[in-house]
Amino acid sequence: MSQKVLLNATEVHIALHRLACQLIENHDTFSNTVLIGIQPRGVHLAERLKSMLEIDYKVRDIKLGYLDITFYRDDFRRSDKPLEANTTEIDFIVENKNVVFIDDVLYTGRSIRAALTAIQSFGRPTEIELLTLIDRRFSRHLPIQPDYRGRQVDAINREKVKVCWKEQDGEDAVYLINN
Amino acid sequence: MSELSVNHLLGIKYINEDDINLIFETADHFKEVINRPIKKVPSLRDITIANLFFENSTRTRLSFELAEKRLSADVINFSAASSSVKKGETLIDTVNNILSMKVDMIVMRHPNPGAGVFLSKHIDASIVNAGDGAHEHPTQALLDCYSIRERLKDVAGKKVVIVGDILHSRVALSNIFALQKLGAKVKVCGPKTLIPKYIEKLGVEYEGNLRKALEWCDVANMLRVQKERMEISYFPTTREYTQQYGVNKALLDSLGKEIVVMHPGPINRGVEITSDVADSKQAIILEQVQNGVAVRMAVLYLLASKIQHNEN
Repeated sequence: MSQKVLLNATEVHIALHRLACQLIENHDTFSNTVLIGIQPRGVHLAERLKSMLEIDYKVRDIKLGYLDITFYRDDFRRSDKPLEANTTEIDFIVENKNVVFIDDVLYTGRSIRAALTAIQSFGRPTEIELLTLIDRRFSRHLPIQPDYRGRQVDAINREKVKVCWKEQDGEDAVYLINN
Repeated sequence: MSELSVNHLLGIKYINEDDINLIFETADHFKEVINRPIKKVPSLRDITIANLFFENSTRTRLSFELAEKRLSADVINFSAASSSVKKGETLIDTVNNILSMKVDMIVMRHPNPGAGVFLSKHIDASIVNAGDGAHEHPTQALLDCYSIRERLKDVAGKKVVIVGDILHSRVALSNIFALQKLGAKVKVCGPKTLIPKYIEKLGVEYEGNLRKALEWCDVANMLRVQKERMEISYFPTTREYTQQYGVNKALLDSLGKEIVVMHPGPINRGVEITSDVADSKQAIILEQVQNGVAVRMAVLYLLASKIQHNEN
């Protein structure tokens, strides 16, 4: 197994600041915008962006929810491993809101397809955007593209992109792992 | 551990503590789902489930049907009263006829103990026992324990007394197995005639005095007096039963502590418990019903995930 650093801590930091600024450009005061972190790996990115927007850019009262997509996935009974559910925590209504989905890696697009179905259980949003730290180009199974991307990478299917967060893994970094 | 150790839920006897905890954790997620504005997930959209009720049921059948529909499964219902069973068809023939219509799972209630186990040996579908005679009623025990866990944080170490007709009760047997697997202490209480002869063999103590039993316990599970299963008289009169084994508010208040009161339903108000107890905040009877849907969703979801996906 070999691994290559795609983004180091500084580069992750720069990308996060840029993404935060792009969000502000489009959503201004976030008065009608909610952030939704996709469980499990999108949650850290969503929390990081929220605190960055609040502390560094003085945006107040940002609504953040967590969405679990396990019961909406299209590989139920098809994958070798049983699917494990995570907590959904959305204590606001998304009806007529601008929703920003936040996930760490966009790969086949199937998780986002599931998330698009799942969010309907909480109302009908005005629009939904997608923010992702890593966009794995040329690997999509569905017509889904991010509106905000940290870094676009070309990786072949047997390679794995791993995003590490200080809170969970001890460092901020993105690795390309080749098995 | 994120998979059940069994392919059928035939009884609590056949599953282990890890299975029960996995069902509870999954039920937590489904409980959140059924409290959403839209209470439905598409997980079982390619699964067909047959509810076969060879014996009357309202609550359990509705609960299963709702659980199945909230998981987006296709559902067919069957009740023995209006079926070919009356014309002399055997159980295996009835079920195989239904399975030939491509049904993946069977939820079955049957008056004969062991009907589910018997069926699981002869057919190729996932079976959930929704009550087989006086044997087991596993989903009821699971939802009872889940409700205790929700109210008292944990089941381990809790003292539970099951009061009433233990002899005819599948709820009692499943509850005893489930509570013991989760580390609770169990006593039974009721007229001696309604207590099975070898109950101590299950590691359960008998207490004849209701007041003593209630003073000992954290949770009292009041069973229904099942008149329809009693061919002979097991106690002189209903009035005498109520005087000795019925719970009323005065008795509860005199205990000096707050115990949790449960009832699997349907309640005979004024027999096992009085109305003011049934409607008090110590009673979690309606929580039990709500949790029943979430727990059954978890059971169906986890069993369905073990059914091999058919590529054709």
